Amino acid sequence: MTRKTIKVDLLARVEGEGALKVVLHDGKVQSAELNIFEPPRFFEAFLRDRHFTETPDIVARICGICPVAYQMSGVHALENLLGVTVGGPLRDLRRLLYCGEWIESHTLHVYMLHAPDFLGYDGGVQMARDHAEAVTRGLQLKKVGNEILQLLGGREIHPINVRVGGFHRAPRKRELAPLAERLKWAREAAIETARWVATFDFPERERDYTFVTLKHPSEYPFNEGRIVSNRGLDIEAADYDAHFEETHVAHSTALHSHFRDGGGSYLTGPLARFSLAFDQLSPLAQEIAREIGLGRECRNPYRSIMVRAVEILYACDEALRVIEDYEEPDRSFVAVEARAGVGYAATEAPRGLLYHRYHIDDAGTITDAQIVPPTSQNQACLEEDLVDFVGSFLDLPDEALRHRCEQTVRNYDPCISCATHFLRLEMDRA
Amino acid sequence: MSVQTLVIGVGNPARGDDGAGRAVARRLGEQALLGVRVVETEGDATSVLSLMEGAQAVYLIDACVSGACAGEIRRIDVTQADLPQAAYGLSSHRFGLAEAVALAKILQRLPPRCIVYAIEAASFDMGAPLSTSVGRAVDAVVEALSSELKKEA
Repeated sequence: MTRKTIKVDLLARVEGEGALKVVLHDGKVQSAELNIFEPPRFFEAFLRDRHFTETPDIVARICGICPVAYQMSGVHALENLLGVTVGGPLRDLRRLLYCGEWIESHTLHVYMLHAPDFLGYDGGVQMARDHAEAVTRGLQLKKVGNEILQLLGGREIHPINVRVGGFHRAPRKRELAPLAERLKWAREAAIETARWVATFDFPERERDYTFVTLKHPSEYPFNEGRIVSNRGLDIEAADYDAHFEETHVAHSTALHSHFRDGGGSYLTGPLARFSLAFDQLSPLAQEIAREIGLGRECRNPYRSIMVRAVEILYACDEALRVIEDYEEPDRSFVAVEARAGVGYAATEAPRGLLYHRYHIDDAGTITDAQIVPPTSQNQACLEEDLVDFVGSFLDLPDEALRHRCEQTVRNYDPCISCATHFLRLEMDRA
Repeated sequence: MSVQTLVIGVGNPARGDDGAGRAVARRLGEQALLGVRVVETEGDATSVLSLMEGAQAVYLIDACVSGACAGEIRRIDVTQADLPQAAYGLSSHRFGLAEAVALAKILQRLPPRCIVYAIEAASFDMGAPLSTSVGRAVDAVVEALSSELKKEA
């Protein structure tokens, strides 16, 4: 029996630091372990002893790609604690900001990180040689997302305009008008994106996932809703800890989330949102989803690129709706006053559910914080995908098999920032 | 108004010498040279690309790792030569400067003049200041670039 090790010293299209090890024995996958470092743990400690009003600026630093998600979960959790509801135009502006982040983050992943897997390139740069038109479209589309962040957030990365209770400054109606023109172009580009990715070849693999997502009666999930699953879960964010737990695993410094009491892994993110909230997509997004061959639900993780494209389209539509309906608010924020307590919230980062919990004292000082990012929640599920799928790809040559493993990881768009990013892939065939 | 000359400092100032490019940019910004716009970025390729749009001359300053002595400075005219990809673009998501330049070339969006100043880094420790040799290199690049920009003007 021969033993073979395949290594990749640097994997460029996963945003994180770590290693992947797949052990094959007698033609079967024995184990699959993804080890990723997880800086958000430090942030929970950074937050302690800081005033709660500093939260949006601190948590924005957790990620350069999805800072809005961290800010939104943070401010919602604190508003939950302080008994404040933010409604009307301010609430809509938050949706608009989230649209910007989804457009930006999803487009980067679709075009530069994931599409090269399907078209057989090492990366977006190589792909651009043969697909210049598509890459140009992707770059322009991403830019529209950035422009929303720039306008509403004050800058494109680590926005500074978000505060507990609303915004430091609300935009004027006339400032949003040029954005609407850009978004109309982006909506067309998003449709083209969906049609483009639908032409890719997809491995026909499905799993019977437990999907977990936010659910709102009338809106596709961003900021608000109950946490639901396709297996009957239906809870408030405040009950998250009662149903989910994070555990240490020996091979990783990252925590893995599971249902409590041995309830197993679950999947958050585009597939979960799409499958459980299809009816809340805009009519155009639903129409395009059907046109490109997605049903009302999607259990094939390789098709997540199609779902992301549909979500980009939805985000453009939703952003246009917000801009059309926008009336300038009298004040850019709802006043908040410190009081002791504990607050909870979950919102939908591009990659999935992002849960925050804060304890503050009478003076408004944070005494405890918990942040559970989507990648941590998805990690167990990701490893199960590898165990389930890789065995059926063993007829592929080593190089192609290694590539398929990487692609399977990239289905999740895992994101752990703040590190120099090496991913070493090690594969033992015994 | 389209920018004629743009200086882009790339890096993460919280990671030791990775902040070299931004240190140069900050110092040049203080000189307020006429007709020169100075920006700092963490170096994500798509942001760099969009910053370069429409500029006639772009100067990019970044830390690099190529095995040379710490603090060594290289000036590369990327309209003439390619960047050795492995050594550049230490952006947090490893889709950085080298990719930005490569993409700009492929998509025919490279500004007519595009110069990279690369400073060999010694360490990327979290929260560390610039190392001594890289700090000296920053002084030298500020001086060189400043006179290059004045000559151009």
